[in-house]
Amino acid sequence: MAYVAIRGGADAIEGSARLMDALRAMGASAPLELDQIERQMPLLHSRVLSEGSLYHPRLASLALKQSLGDSLEAAFFLRAYRSTKPRLGETAPHDTRTMRVVRRVSAAFKDIPGGQMLGATPDYLHRLFRFDLMDEDAGRFDQIARDWFGNRPKAEAPLTFPKVLDTLRAEGLLAPLAQSDESPFDITREPLIFPVPRSAQLATMARGETGGLLALAYSNMRGYGDVHPTVGELRVGYVPVMVPHPVTGKPMEAGEVLVTECEIVAMFEKTDSGAPVFTLGYGACFGHNEVKAIAMAVLDRAISVAREKGRVANPSEDPEFVLLHVDGIESMGFCTHYKMPHYVTFQSDMDRLRAARTKAGEAADAPR
Amino acid sequence: MHPVDTMGQSRDGAAYGFAFLDEDAKRELRRAIFKAVCIPGHQVPYASREMPIARGFGTGGMQLTLALLGPDDTCKVIDQGADDSVNAANIRAFFALTCPGVTGTLRTEAASVIQTRHRIPELPLRADQILVFQVPYPDPLVVVEPNAAKRRRMHGRADYARLWVKLYEDMVAFDEITISHRYPTRINGHYIIDPSPIPRFDVPKLHQADCLYLFGAGREKRIYAVPPHTDAIPITFNDVTFAVESFRDKATGKRHVCRRCGADDSFLDEFPDNDGARVFQCSDAAWCDMRLDRLEAAE
Repeated sequence: MAYVAIRGGADAIEGSARLMDALRAMGASAPLELDQIERQMPLLHSRVLSEGSLYHPRLASLALKQSLGDSLEAAFFLRAYRSTKPRLGETAPHDTRTMRVVRRVSAAFKDIPGGQMLGATPDYLHRLFRFDLMDEDAGRFDQIARDWFGNRPKAEAPLTFPKVLDTLRAEGLLAPLAQSDESPFDITREPLIFPVPRSAQLATMARGETGGLLALAYSNMRGYGDVHPTVGELRVGYVPVMVPHPVTGKPMEAGEVLVTECEIVAMFEKTDSGAPVFTLGYGACFGHNEVKAIAMAVLDRAISVAREKGRVANPSEDPEFVLLHVDGIESMGFCTHYKMPHYVTFQSDMDRLRAARTKAGEAADAPR
Repeated sequence: MHPVDTMGQSRDGAAYGFAFLDEDAKRELRRAIFKAVCIPGHQVPYASREMPIARGFGTGGMQLTLALLGPDDTCKVIDQGADDSVNAANIRAFFALTCPGVTGTLRTEAASVIQTRHRIPELPLRADQILVFQVPYPDPLVVVEPNAAKRRRMHGRADYARLWVKLYEDMVAFDEITISHRYPTRINGHYIIDPSPIPRFDVPKLHQADCLYLFGAGREKRIYAVPPHTDAIPITFNDVTFAVESFRDKATGKRHVCRRCGADDSFLDEFPDNDGARVFQCSDAAWCDMRLDRLEAAE
């Protein structure tokens, strides 16, 4: 559209954009390289990948750089970019047993087939400052890497692992996996009209905002709900993406995505067939986001409980309450919009208040 | 090319296709628009893509406008009635970047598509013009029922009893209907719509108009319409009349007038000047400018 010259707003916006850019460039620090963000802030980077719901590691780094490190804004960049891309196709369901695992733990069993594998986690680190990190150089990085790789025996662990839950299923303590031919609900092409299928529930939470999911799941954990989860298995790793070949239709590997997956086991329920079984909650998202995957699994279970019982007792069990409020792009945007001018509606508000006050004054003046 | 390079926008507009959205998304939007026009006042769900401006800033209106615009269109964007408001300027800059060929205008009568937030222009719109509203809350029932599934059933049955109860409670408590903007309005005798946060002053303009009114809620993912020559009646009681903003000066009993053009029949913005005195000015900037031009020409 041809630009229309107009006073006021446009100039202010341009000035603001330039100032944002200047704030980044001022001072003596060197420009951030995209690799630095991906390598040295992988957990922040993961969060953006997952909430942006577009697996593009390089653009996720650019988004963080451009948004000055705001994770909500950065995820927003990926989402907006997504709107310019058509949907090319649909893949078959992916089995995470094929995951090249970098970390997997189970809280349900002391030992598990294939073994627990702690991997890289801050869980058991003391949150004490390492003041020596305040002054590092490239030589030190080389040394750390050499020390790590230097005494590593090759292929000390298998790349893939069986699922912990298979053990429970084999014993009948968990319901067998239901096979579903239903095509998954695509939340990017259809709005949520309630009631929605579980695939819509899972997809919405998979790109939900970590803090939002955590707050709602925590309310359930604290007592506004009764999921009482046990982490059956939490695994992090790279899942090969199998895409149907455009000509033959046969699945072929197009690359791999970093995924966090959590399966929680919750208290048992009666079944139609009689014998009670444990119930399951499922969480999964792009990147390495363990809190998000666990919170999602708890909420998945909480919503399913309410669906099965036909009764919602707590906010975290209400599919509408959870699914319509966990998206960071939408909630952040709407919260931000209150900063925009609202003087027309405020004028209307004043008109009504003045009218009501006049009526109240007349009533007070009236003889009793 | 427009020089503004705000966060998130490529300086090279050509890196994105015409009107930003992919063609499938535009087709989906146009289908939803047709359905909305065919069922006046009915909220049609659609997928709603993320836009490069935040939710709440007009992403619903923007998607409608992007689906409507062709290279031979003329487009105007207003916020609070003004073209120079920051949000209007920002959306206009985005259209400038992504819709090559489309002509921008500040003049109401010159535009084929007008995107607006919170106002309907004072100049009556023609049959060849479309007004696109940015909508924060598409459902008027949300004030009485938070659950969306229940609200859908209520709309289907035209069950609006609880809205009238709310109006009645207002009368009991304040002796006035206190709804200031977003006034519930019945379309074609069935669905009640939230006409977006326009003041009550603008609601009568929806009734039996020549132009098409389209409403887009991006975050809530709904599109609805008031087609041309369609009844749009604000809900009220037989013995309580619908009242627009009065702008009456309590001291003199007369209506305030615009300090620029002297209009005594337009919606006015009221604000304190630097000395703290209250001043009044037309909210519709194009209307005010047009009146000033006419006054100058007459002299």
